[in-house]
Amino acid sequence: MKRVIETSHAIALAVKLARVKVIPMYPITPQTHIVERLAEFINNGTLDAKMIHVESEHSAISALQGALLSNVRAFTATSSQGLALMFEILQIISGMRLPAVMVIANRALSAPINIWNDHSDAFAVRDQGWMQIFAETAEEALDSVLMAYKLAESKEVQIPIMVNIDGYSLSHVYEPVDIPSQTLVDSFLPKFKLEDYLDINNPKTFGPIGFPDSYMYFKEAQHKAMKNAEKRIKEINREFKKKFKRSYGNGLVEEYKIEDAETVFVCLGSICGTAREAVDQLRVKGKKAGLLKLRYIRPWPSKSIRKALNKAEKIAVFDRAFSFGSEAPLYTELKATLQDKQINSYVVGLGGRDVTIEHFKKAYRMCSKNKNGWLY
Amino acid sequence: MIKEIVIYGRGGQGAVTSSYVLAKAFFYEGFYSQAFPSFGVERTGAPVEAYVRFSKKPINLRQHVYKADYAIVLDSSLIEAANVKEKLKRNASVFINSAKKRKYFGKDIKEITTDITSISLKIIGKPFVNISILGLFATTKLVTMESLRKAIYEMLPENLAKLNYAAAMEIYKNVVG
Repeated sequence: MKRVIETSHAIALAVKLARVKVIPMYPITPQTHIVERLAEFINNGTLDAKMIHVESEHSAISALQGALLSNVRAFTATSSQGLALMFEILQIISGMRLPAVMVIANRALSAPINIWNDHSDAFAVRDQGWMQIFAETAEEALDSVLMAYKLAESKEVQIPIMVNIDGYSLSHVYEPVDIPSQTLVDSFLPKFKLEDYLDINNPKTFGPIGFPDSYMYFKEAQHKAMKNAEKRIKEINREFKKKFKRSYGNGLVEEYKIEDAETVFVCLGSICGTAREAVDQLRVKGKKAGLLKLRYIRPWPSKSIRKALNKAEKIAVFDRAFSFGSEAPLYTELKATLQDKQINSYVVGLGGRDVTIEHFKKAYRMCSKNKNGWLY
Repeated sequence: MIKEIVIYGRGGQGAVTSSYVLAKAFFYEGFYSQAFPSFGVERTGAPVEAYVRFSKKPINLRQHVYKADYAIVLDSSLIEAANVKEKLKRNASVFINSAKKRKYFGKDIKEITTDITSISLKIIGKPFVNISILGLFATTKLVTMESLRKAIYEMLPENLAKLNYAAAMEIYKNVVG
């Protein structure tokens, strides 16, 4: 059924449809409406789950870890400083190979104090062994949560995942969302079952010490599992299409008017919508622009990127985070992936600065002169 | 063709809620729609803008609204304070809550002013103008009062929905007759 709802509401519905059993959450800023909706569902009896109000995000993610270890599907959500406070536990969860799903409503990190949207938080935790997907629309946010559970819990993956949605710019948007039925979701998402979990009848130790003679094997295994995820993401995207009648590119990346494009924009998240509009307007003027939307940054879909940008002459990468003293993070990775291409870097939309069609048009012009820049 | 609306209010007046109601109403009218706020610091009385887009085709665009086809002004002191004029297209229409019988804009802007606060006080018993002013917007016939009614009942608790809808209807009837 299609309804106009807030993206945060759509995500809460996805969590409900996934039959999540435990929701540890810190209810104060920087929190989203997602957990507010989930509290309503529990209160009105439509969601059979335990909500744990904790005293900080550090506790929220720790409780998430505990819940997963007791063999139940769990969920939490946070933003910016909240994610920063979770940092310590992130690699504990990924190192223990727990299939956690967490939504991040991406917001800037202070100082100066700023509550608005950018990707500083997501990129600050990029290397903690979590998969990271970015959604463009409310519907994609809902779908991504369902796909995320299936992916994280896949036997050949078993890696936690962050579902990134742009804070305010997507989290607070009302738009039409096709809400799938419980029956359909049940046919897509299997019952939660870990092979190893805390069981008093069968005691096991989790997260013990990894001495120098074993630690590296664990880390290499995490990397291999992350690479396995690439194939699995594509499979899940295909299965999703069969069941739900919609899908997102090949699962890893999504192309828009790229076949004959000379200049291709590369970006993440909700600004891809505005980029599509910019591509259309440029094409009206005879300028061959295209868009490559990256859905995942971890695993980094290098093969899909190379394939999609094979014919592009110029590439304009849009980053909403920055590595101070170096360069914008997506730009760095794209250069490593496509070493023989002209790639230009545009830093946009930090701390909620609006990203407009004009930014894309300006980048198009700058790209033709092989110039990088911060666009305000 | 995408059409764009800006709703101007002050923190606490409910401009964001009225954008959400409008997006739902447009959807019931057969349009694709989108609504979102441009939050400043969440503070009572601070200027707030909320945006609505509607179109017969799916809406990709997500930037703020810079040149609106329609503006809805919950507090007429914002017309200058928020520089409403600058953010209007030529031939735009503006719906204003004001007790003053005066013109705020030049000839190229269509403006319609009603004392929404008084009518809301009479019917709702409180100076809630964010939903009742949508009755004034409905005089454009872009959304029907029936779609508005469905949207209002979806967004508000039943007792408040009833009163707000009644106020919107009175305002609508005062104009349309």
